[in-house]
Amino acid sequence: MKILVCISKTPDTTAKIAFKNGNSQFDDNGVQWIINPYDEWYALVRAIELKEKDASTVLHLVNVGGADADPIIRKALALGGDEAIRINTTDLHDSFYVASQIAEVARNGGYDLIFTGKETIDYNGSSIGGMVAELVGLPYISLATHFEISGATATVTREIEGGEEVDEVSLPVVVSCQKGMAEARIPNMRGIMSARTKPLKVVEPIEAPVFTTIQNFELPPPKAGVKLINPDNLSELVRLLHEEAKVI
Amino acid sequence: MVLIFADQTDGQFKKTTFEALSYGAKVAEQLGVHAEALVLGTVNENLNSLGKYGVTKVHHVRNEVLNSFDAQVYTQVISEAVKATGAKVVVVAHNNTGRAIAGRLSARLKAAMVPAAVSLPDTTGGFIVKKVVFSGKAFANVSLNTDIKIISLNMNAFKIAAVEGTAEVSVLDIPVEAAKVKVVATNKVTGEIPLTEATRVVSAGRGLKGPENWGLVENLAKALNAALACSRPVADSGWRPHHEHVGQTGIAIAPNLYVAAGISGAIQHLAGVNRSKVIVVINKDPEAPFFKAADYGVVGDVFEVLPKLTDEVQKFKGV
Ligand SMILES: Cc1cc2nc3c(=O)[nH]c(=O)nc-3n(C[C@H](O)[C@H](O)[C@H](O)COP(=O)(O)OP(=O)(O)OC[C@H]3O[C@@H](n4cnc5c(N)ncnc54)[C@H](O)[C@@H]3O)c2cc1C
Repeated sequence: MKILVCISKTPDTTAKIAFKNGNSQFDDNGVQWIINPYDEWYALVRAIELKEKDASTVLHLVNVGGADADPIIRKALALGGDEAIRINTTDLHDSFYVASQIAEVARNGGYDLIFTGKETIDYNGSSIGGMVAELVGLPYISLATHFEISGATATVTREIEGGEEVDEVSLPVVVSCQKGMAEARIPNMRGIMSARTKPLKVVEPIEAPVFTTIQNFELPPPKAGVKLINPDNLSELVRLLHEEAKVI
Repeated sequence: MVLIFADQTDGQFKKTTFEALSYGAKVAEQLGVHAEALVLGTVNENLNSLGKYGVTKVHHVRNEVLNSFDAQVYTQVISEAVKATGAKVVVVAHNNTGRAIAGRLSARLKAAMVPAAVSLPDTTGGFIVKKVVFSGKAFANVSLNTDIKIISLNMNAFKIAAVEGTAEVSVLDIPVEAAKVKVVATNKVTGEIPLTEATRVVSAGRGLKGPENWGLVENLAKALNAALACSRPVADSGWRPHHEHVGQTGIAIAPNLYVAAGISGAIQHLAGVNRSKVIVVINKDPEAPFFKAADYGVVGDVFEVLPKLTDEVQKFKGV
């Protein structure tokens, strides 16, 4: 079996969110970069588990980005990928552009399984998986919490409104992954050593359109400040929630 | 024309659908065009009544294949409906179904799409919609630069507006592909308010000490008619189910009221809840970071405050 896992680079979850150039760009000064948690903890680790069960599995990683993504790609290789492909783009593009690049890799790679994370923690798009599936013409199961494979059939549990659903689908398929799929891991020494020599192929992007552009960013207005209520006077809290905040 | 995909579950419409319809009607009004709804599969409700949310027409594709969800099939049918009706703006709810189809639809129609949208479009010089980015820590104004535009509307981002009116229902005959995804089981959490639909949420963290104490949280939630949520370590320790985990790596919510008991307010937790309209924090540590993000705070022990607050809410409601 051949698996492709999409890996995105995002700011660390504790990064200060600030903007520069007239709020048109994220200010990455001093920001630590990580593998998008959904890609790492759920998509990648589940793929590694599948490879551990069936040693003949080939596990590829794909990233659309510049050379500054190489450290996080190496980390993903240290966790367990066999080979990585980076589509060399440094400019900022939209989701459709990124999905078009991944779709090209997917089309040429003959993958049985393509995993993405549920969304990135910076753009919060939840759109790449669906776009890739549509461009390649594959079924898509989103927000998966559980994934098993038997022969050429995948059994996937996904989140639906107010519950979950178990689906069966024949490979190949695109799946977006979230909590429940796997438990986060840390790379071990052997993984880190071997990652240095695993192939990281850099390929040039294909022509693809861009449908959206970010005009500018905004920060939410600051909170007015907390109103403290004496724990012995909770009827006051209830009154405020009713009369002032109007939420009960 | 603005076409709103009216998502249904088991033949019924949900709150997020009404939000999308109300939003789509407002977009249409702004553009000086009609708002129409698209319904797929069998429904138990009277479709004329969707007129209450401002749509003049409901297009209904009745094929039974559509009673179970396959993102590929839904995308094909919605795309055909967009072409058949000549819609220029498509609105979907950014719920689990919306997330599964919005990207596909964008790729199929070669149409710009904005996910997790929180504002009406600014159409003064183009078509710009505000969306959530950095898991709620910021917003981006996104310009949609294609002829057809798709908006995936975040939950609780637009108020449902009921108006007078009924919609005309027309059956839309679109050939439907066979589904490739087979649904083999469905497990609904019954008796609970789904977290993403809730207007009030009571959430608790490690300060509760253990799962045996959750009765205190549940009682307050019941009194407030609220859904339950928790911090990540609580779900990771198995005290509460994963689907209650809110935050940057869990579910992002934006209820009218969020009550946080025994939660420190780590940046990753705040990311998923700071778009709540009103935040109440109960924590025994006056230095807990959550107080900085709160509207109302109680510095006190959850084991004392939760039962007392529950009593006061019940008194208020006259129970
Ligand atoms: C990459 C990454 C992603 C993460 N994503 C998330 C996420 O999505 N969601 C999330 O929640 N966390 C997330 N976290 C974890 C986050 O950093 C915090 O560790 C977590 O939110 C803390 O949970 P807590 O507040 O329940 O527990 P603690 O931090 O242990 O806080 C417990 C609080 O309870 C108070 N308390 C204790 N006893 C009492 C009492 N008797 N009465 C009143 N108050 C009391 C304490 O003062 C303290 O403030 C993430 C972390 C990382 C690194």
